[in-house]
Amino acid sequence: MKYTSQAVAKPYFIFALTLLAGEILFGLLMGIQYIYGDFLFPLIPFNVLRMVHTNLLIVLLLNGFMGATYYLIPEETQRELWSPKLAIITFWIFLAAGVATILGYLFVPYATLTEITFNELLPTMGREFLEQPLPTKVGIVIVALSYIFNVGMTVLKGRKTVITTVLLTGLLGLAVFFLFAFYVPDNLVADKFFWWFTVHLWVEATWELILGAILAFVLIKTTGVDREHIDKWLYLIIAMTMLSGILGTGHHFFYMGAPEYWLWIGSLSSAVEPLPFFLMILFAYTMARERKIQHENEIALTWAKGTAVMGFLGAGVWGFMHTLAPVNMYTHGTQLTAAHGHLSFYGAYVMIVFTVISYAMPILRGRPHGNSKKAQKVELTSFWMLNIGMVGLTLALTVAGITQIMDQRVGTDLVSFMESQASMTGIYTIRLGFGLLVFAGLMTYVYSFFVKEEAK
Amino acid sequence: MTERITKSMAKNIYYGGGTFALLIFIALTFDTVHQIPKRSNEVNMTPSVVAGKKIWEKNDCVGCHTLVGEGAYYAPELKNVFQRRGGADEASFKAYMQGWMAAQPLNEPNRRKMPQFNLTTDEVNNLADFLIWTSEVDANEWPPTIEG
Repeated sequence: MKYTSQAVAKPYFIFALTLLAGEILFGLLMGIQYIYGDFLFPLIPFNVLRMVHTNLLIVLLLNGFMGATYYLIPEETQRELWSPKLAIITFWIFLAAGVATILGYLFVPYATLTEITFNELLPTMGREFLEQPLPTKVGIVIVALSYIFNVGMTVLKGRKTVITTVLLTGLLGLAVFFLFAFYVPDNLVADKFFWWFTVHLWVEATWELILGAILAFVLIKTTGVDREHIDKWLYLIIAMTMLSGILGTGHHFFYMGAPEYWLWIGSLSSAVEPLPFFLMILFAYTMARERKIQHENEIALTWAKGTAVMGFLGAGVWGFMHTLAPVNMYTHGTQLTAAHGHLSFYGAYVMIVFTVISYAMPILRGRPHGNSKKAQKVELTSFWMLNIGMVGLTLALTVAGITQIMDQRVGTDLVSFMESQASMTGIYTIRLGFGLLVFAGLMTYVYSFFVKEEAK
Repeated sequence: MTERITKSMAKNIYYGGGTFALLIFIALTFDTVHQIPKRSNEVNMTPSVVAGKKIWEKNDCVGCHTLVGEGAYYAPELKNVFQRRGGADEASFKAYMQGWMAAQPLNEPNRRKMPQFNLTTDEVNNLADFLIWTSEVDANEWPPTIEG
């Protein structure tokens, strides 16, 4: 560790992994409820499980991004963080707000929660992924602003690199687009339209900048490739992201009341969306091939390459599968969307968090050359368990989606939603099985950090 | 292919292309906002419809159902539930909704369960009005069939 203030990243990383465990656990509970409708009912209805599952994902990714930023910003700017104290205070505020919100979801009926958290003043709740009570949303804004301020001040006073510029642009975009979470028009169509400004422009635009910056940083560190070379790739990737991702928002505007021209604009732009992810694969593999140093933390580079490949599969391939308007007519709102959602969030974002943790955590724990060879072997096992588990459950959900389409939407002999779902217990059981493998994979990952160092 | 592209070229594509895409997006946003009232029949958006949307949000209905294809995939799509369960007749749809909401949760072992929300008669009518209004939104002929 070159700068002492990098240490503030550690609690963020630990909390991110804890939240990930919670997220998967709630995913498993939902997986069981999908098969046995009476499971946990009426104690925790499905919508509550789902809220906890998706909100934990968002919070864990934001935590991972913050941890990654606090770790890499001092090294990039070549100075200590502007205020490590602020970063730690922000951490505890974020933790307290996050835990309080989850407990609120679990122990207070949602309708009551809206009443006791002043939702009447400015109704923002009850929308997918943005279910958080008003105080939590305000808290997120405060945390995001103090985080951007802290990072911004450090960058202003220190060395400016392409990575810091791209990262800061991504963070600013993240904050700006979250503001649409506070705008809820009475007209459902307008409401849905602007809701995507937060949801899509986060995951398919601004977050990709953050992802690109973190990936570039880890690649510089683990391959020793010349910065000029890495910068060019980074620019190229995010250029394709911006060109395809912004107008690609249109693929959400096909069938929710927006004008027809989105059918064309959304289809064409989002057909290009796999490209930046494909470039990421070329990027990671080219840098690994041309590497100047043989870093002993080999597993970090494996995760970096894995992020590019799985991000391409989940966001690129599974996204393209249903992004053209005539196809989306049949796939919209089915388990195919869930399949894509799972593999893209995991492949692009959860995996970049694993990447940066695998690179930085050993250094933060006083092992500059990475964990021991034995520990890395255990970690590699977890890498495959997680990936196979995620691909497996994605395939199961894909089969479920196709079944749903054939039953409800194709031909004349139509089957109702509930009947179609009831016929799929087998597929949902397979999905649950792969989910268990993912959870075991995460446990193995965490365990790898506690494998004893070999005596030298 | 990447050998021929220099860093400054890539940088220019990023800033130029990003700005270009953003400008088109903003222009189309203005046009869409302009068209939404007509496509959604905003003139029919009565206070009861708005109240129904608030009830929809307050009870996190989107946490299980999809509406215009967005939400969770645990329970049926509701954009065309007015046609599916009410035969596109307001009186029979409202009667159906009153009965359905009161009957939850259904006593069928292991069927997916919908909680009892204890809504008043008026609230259920608001919710029904909201779903009727939504069913008339021009969503480019989606959903493809009555089963949603």
